[in-house]
Amino acid sequence: MNNLLIIGQYVPTNSIVHRMDPRIKMLIIFFYVIFIFFANNVFSYALFTVFAIGGTLLTKVPWRFIAKGLTPVWFLIVFTFILHLFVTKEGTVLVNIFGLPIYSGALEQGAVISLRFFLLILLTSLLTLTTTPIEITDGVESLLGPLRRFKFPVHELALMMSISLRFIPTLLQETEKISNAQASRGVDFRTGPFRERVRAVIPLLVPLFVSAFKRAEELAMAMEARGYRGGEGRTKLRELRVMKRDVAALILFIVVVAAALITRDYS
Amino acid sequence: MYAIEFKNVSFRYEEEQPYVLRNVSFQVKAGEWLAIIGHNGSGKSTIAKLMNGLLFPTEGEILINGIPLSEESIWEIRRQVGMVFQNPDNQFVGTTVRDDVAFGLENRGVPRSEMMNRITSSLEQVRMQEYLLHEPYRLSGGQKQRVAIAGVLAISPSVIILDEATAMLDPLGRKEILDTVHRVQAAQQLGLITITHDLNEVMQAHRVLVMNDGEIWTTTVPRELVKRQSELQQIGLDVPFVTQLAHALESQGISLTEQPIDHEELLDALWTLHLNK
Repeated sequence: MNNLLIIGQYVPTNSIVHRMDPRIKMLIIFFYVIFIFFANNVFSYALFTVFAIGGTLLTKVPWRFIAKGLTPVWFLIVFTFILHLFVTKEGTVLVNIFGLPIYSGALEQGAVISLRFFLLILLTSLLTLTTTPIEITDGVESLLGPLRRFKFPVHELALMMSISLRFIPTLLQETEKISNAQASRGVDFRTGPFRERVRAVIPLLVPLFVSAFKRAEELAMAMEARGYRGGEGRTKLRELRVMKRDVAALILFIVVVAAALITRDYS
Repeated sequence: MYAIEFKNVSFRYEEEQPYVLRNVSFQVKAGEWLAIIGHNGSGKSTIAKLMNGLLFPTEGEILINGIPLSEESIWEIRRQVGMVFQNPDNQFVGTTVRDDVAFGLENRGVPRSEMMNRITSSLEQVRMQEYLLHEPYRLSGGQKQRVAIAGVLAISPSVIILDEATAMLDPLGRKEILDTVHRVQAAQQLGLITITHDLNEVMQAHRVLVMNDGEIWTTTVPRELVKRQSELQQIGLDVPFVTQLAHALESQGISLTEQPIDHEELLDALWTLHLNK
């Protein structure tokens, strides 16, 4: 089975970061993404870099997994850097490449923006590397809790998310079954011009949708038979609890942000 | 008081449509195993859905442990009547075995500390305790159905309904489920209702209710039922191999003392045949 797809890129090393409350992880990442844009000198950038790299080391996730997670964005990071090299025209000219001048300011700017980009991606990817999808769902439900006052269907949203997660492997298996069945009837998914191949997907999608609707109906009935009647008066088996390590992580993060805000250039 | 009582129940999905059930009356005692059998469209699954308020009768009355089924009482009734459906995948709500068994408990607001105990004990009853943290895609169909049974047991109902719960399983999974429910039912004195179209599966039941075209065709015990081979075939039910063999022997002039209901009884009847002469 397609294990990789099911659990995203979760790597179970049971490190201290894995055991953290998903809400705290999400809060830290959320504010990190905002505050990194306040960094504007070597010291403030160094603080954010140390925080992200330190966090990564604490997860005990092997670097090749992290690198794999970053693969699609490497291109963007390098592209941004190169773009800045040629477009920015500040500072002194360092070298001329085929008649194109490279400015010192461009090198600096390119490096800074690429670094910021890299740190953002690194830290956000730590969330999925160290948190199971269901923990993320629980975290989202809990963080969105206050919205309940404005009649926002928080519980329903979380249940939808967890049921979708539950049914991803089921629907994948089904897709494979239908695709085999259609292939045995002569539908060609792999060769031919692009338009033909797109058209070949239709006999795959139609039965998949029909069966998904049927599943949904049966699931709804089974849920009702098991006494489901919305979020009212419901208790939860999975419980999120803020532990000492979460408080420690939060304090550390606040210190880093405060230090970065103090040391940045205000001129 | 009966665990389940149907009084002249009729049902149709909409007005002007033909009745799916016509004037059905029967009772199930506490601790009794009733098998409901019938061909496709005989109304047997409709009976199951009526029993825990997934459908309401068009006419007649349904009592569960003496409580009449109504909009107000369905939540109490659903606590007393647990149901396992046909498709193992489409009733698995949780992302792991533990979460799925917890679902019914969460719905009923059971405190978390009690939940863990109930999950463990109900998983032990279906012998799935080692699979606590398994995701559904790592389980076989039979294992998923056992988890579904555990989910029902966790809310400690007085009646369990298996609505064709073995229909999508292989022979091994089928045996797994029937053995499990048999054991649990005997241990806890639960009312058990199994709905099926396979005569092989009714042999262990205490009583059999045969449905045909929305009406009760007969209510009897399994051993009596299989004697009526040709009539059963007329209403579209296949007679088990053991019964067919017994009938074939009889037509050859070899009559067994008692109608055998499984392989073991047939074997005993055959090897003691000459002793009885």
